[in-house]
Amino acid sequence: MAHRKTKGGATVSFRRYLFSTNHRVIGVQYLVLALVSVTIGTLLSLLMRIHLVWPDYIVPFHGPILPEDYLALVTIHGTIMLFFVLTTAPQSGFGNLILPSQIGARRMAFPVANAISFWLTATALLILLSSTFVPGGSAISGWTAYPPFSAIASAGPGQGFGMDMWLASIAVFAIAGTIGAINTLVTIIKLRCEGMTWDRIPLTVWGWFTAALLSVIAFSVLLAALLLLFCDRHAGTSFFVPTGDLVNGVIHAAGHPGNGSPLLWLHLFWFFGHPEVYIAILPGMGLTSMLLANFSRRRVFAYRMMIFTTLLIGFLGILLWGHHMFVAGLNPYAASAFAVSTMAIAIPASAKVLSWLVTVWRSRPRYTTAMLFSLGFVSLFITGGLTGPVLAQPILDEYLHNTFFVVAHFHLIMAMAGIFGLFAATYYWFPLMSGRFMSERLGRLHFWTTIVGAYATFLPMHLTGLMGEPRHYAQLIGVPNAAGHLLAGTLPLNRFITWSAIFLATAQLLFFANLIHSLYRGKIAPPNPWQATTLEWHPALHPNAPFETSDGRIVVYRQPCEYLATAGEELILPQWRSDGIPNIKPE
Amino acid sequence: MPTTITPTSTEPKPRRHLEDHDHGSGRRPPTDKRTGGGGDNDNWNDRPNGRRGPRERLVRYRMGIFFALASDLMFFVAIVSTFFVSQNTGHFDAYNNYVNEWSPTLIPPILWLNTVVLILSSITMETARRRMFHEVDVMDEWLGLGKPITRAAIPWVAATVVLGIVFLIGQWIAWTQLAVQHVFFLSNPSSHFFYLITGVHGIHLILGIFGLVAALIGLYASHSLETRQIMVDCASWYWHSMGLFWLFLFTLLVFFQ
Ligand SMILES: [Cu+2]
Repeated sequence: MAHRKTKGGATVSFRRYLFSTNHRVIGVQYLVLALVSVTIGTLLSLLMRIHLVWPDYIVPFHGPILPEDYLALVTIHGTIMLFFVLTTAPQSGFGNLILPSQIGARRMAFPVANAISFWLTATALLILLSSTFVPGGSAISGWTAYPPFSAIASAGPGQGFGMDMWLASIAVFAIAGTIGAINTLVTIIKLRCEGMTWDRIPLTVWGWFTAALLSVIAFSVLLAALLLLFCDRHAGTSFFVPTGDLVNGVIHAAGHPGNGSPLLWLHLFWFFGHPEVYIAILPGMGLTSMLLANFSRRRVFAYRMMIFTTLLIGFLGILLWGHHMFVAGLNPYAASAFAVSTMAIAIPASAKVLSWLVTVWRSRPRYTTAMLFSLGFVSLFITGGLTGPVLAQPILDEYLHNTFFVVAHFHLIMAMAGIFGLFAATYYWFPLMSGRFMSERLGRLHFWTTIVGAYATFLPMHLTGLMGEPRHYAQLIGVPNAAGHLLAGTLPLNRFITWSAIFLATAQLLFFANLIHSLYRGKIAPPNPWQATTLEWHPALHPNAPFETSDGRIVVYRQPCEYLATAGEELILPQWRSDGIPNIKPE
Repeated sequence: MPTTITPTSTEPKPRRHLEDHDHGSGRRPPTDKRTGGGGDNDNWNDRPNGRRGPRERLVRYRMGIFFALASDLMFFVAIVSTFFVSQNTGHFDAYNNYVNEWSPTLIPPILWLNTVVLILSSITMETARRRMFHEVDVMDEWLGLGKPITRAAIPWVAATVVLGIVFLIGQWIAWTQLAVQHVFFLSNPSSHFFYLITGVHGIHLILGIFGLVAALIGLYASHSLETRQIMVDCASWYWHSMGLFWLFLFTLLVFFQ
């Protein structure tokens, strides 16, 4: 369908698309924002990798990377990737684009709040990016903004106005995230169509639902922590600054009465920070379940259990923030409690993996690109997840904490699995967005290069971590004594990692090429190209069906992912009844 | 772009349809029991997709407010947790003595009065909220016999606004009284929290007063009874929660210093 060409239509439609309250438009806006963010974030990470192994490299238009520049890179890379890519794209982007249709609703519960939430997110990104250009540069405390450095504006470069802008950006993002989450929750609870009972909701929606619950609970705690940190920085309090803290040769006790504790910040921050991880990954887990079932033509194994494990992962996810603090001086008894609750999360997570494997096991899956990325998700979820229980043990964490072992762990499970979920979603839902398929040939090439690149980049980081390479070190060369010898020993592996990272990033050009090519030249897709069972493919809800005229009733008759295989004949049972005939045959 | 990612038109759909038995005047009694949403146990027969019954919008907005308040509760829980942590934290000085600098902030007695005012304001607000759903009046409005509901509710909402402002002024007086005793924001870990808690709660009340004023304007200006009910209902749940939060915070400040 082409744009309507009216007189002066360009500006009219521009404004309409920009300030739309239509959930599909907002979803695409979020995805574009995430795409811009992920591009910036990836380029920043390449700079870091390059500096790590070729410290003499002069960045064009910038000069050599100073240690504070390196820390700023770490901070902005982490913040952008976590907030503006891994939170925004699955939850807000695909959530807006797909969620209402999947439950048979025509729109989100609060369309205006939805638009406000997007524009707040965009504002937050803008604030974050512009912090690069303020005196002192962007924040250098990492995406976790640990005090006492971040609490003392005069502590050094990147702790001044850049830090304030970081706080402002995240505060705005937290508010936007909460508004979006409330919208998601009310939409799911209130706008389901007839017959869409709780146990018939697609698992993707359960993922979004649980992630939204976590957002509602966690983001406001982050907001409170940001407020306290701001008071520490500018109102002279010391919630997070210990008495007599010596920073840059200045004792920060005079201006800061009281007994602040950096540990308190860790509690507040990780109460948000750990659930945040699940906000990023839960939608991908739900999507994977649905895709594996669809392309294997199998029912999701133990559907109700999958709902239960999703909620259980969400619930446990709130309880186990303390595992980020094992080496920070946490009470050992508290550490045991956090260790146990952290390891407990392996149970629902393993149940999920089991369900995925059983769903695919001995079926004859169709290896479309979307399916490949879902399988890649499972693979990365397993390899990344295996090190979770390792790090959950205080005594092992004692050694591995703040090494590249942890970096490898969370990049595999959160960044890579999360991104694979996003790729699966893009390849799967692209026909819904544009009416065309993405190129399967390019897609497969993209998948194989990406998964090879992902493993080649992040698996060796376990090794450099075990060899003792710490995080946030700007240089591996030039450190004196035995430590320097140790770090220099990791250089060959680090060179390999950097080359892999460059390869991985370059491989993404295939994705961009595919995206642009398919948008214009892709194969035209039929209404339900994957013979899916979930409602977003319902003819009346299809975006290519004229919205206004599709006022027909939408009724759900069964659980998603129901298939019949009788005597060599394969029947797909969508959740809706199409034209009075409950079954449609695949091509 | 050869294809659209969006429906052909992003123009807003008219909100109401005749076939929903709702002509937009808001003059349907909100007593229809076939309400609620979701796929469970609903009578959907004459309400296909979209709006389902006169109270659907009300319940949707109310639920939105509840989730927002749950989120807000977590905000205060975080601050109160910090309160307890700070209260129980000390350090060792140069002579290796354990020092806990927390010295309880004496609560200005006017806070008791303020608390009473806030409880009163909650009562007036609840009266206003109930007036919005008074069934006889709803019928009157439905039959076109003026706006009895609005006439009955406006004074109560206005009274709430006044009481809310009185409370805020009272809080300000409490701050000045503390300042006279040389207890400032920076004096002590305990006073940080006194000012922080009352201040943050005060900001919430100011937002609430904005909401109430918006509801007052809505009561005056809106033709749709449903919209008026939603505005008053949501404003009042917010107001009640701020009252409850205050009782919780006040108890903390009085008894747990
Ligand atoms: Cu964690």
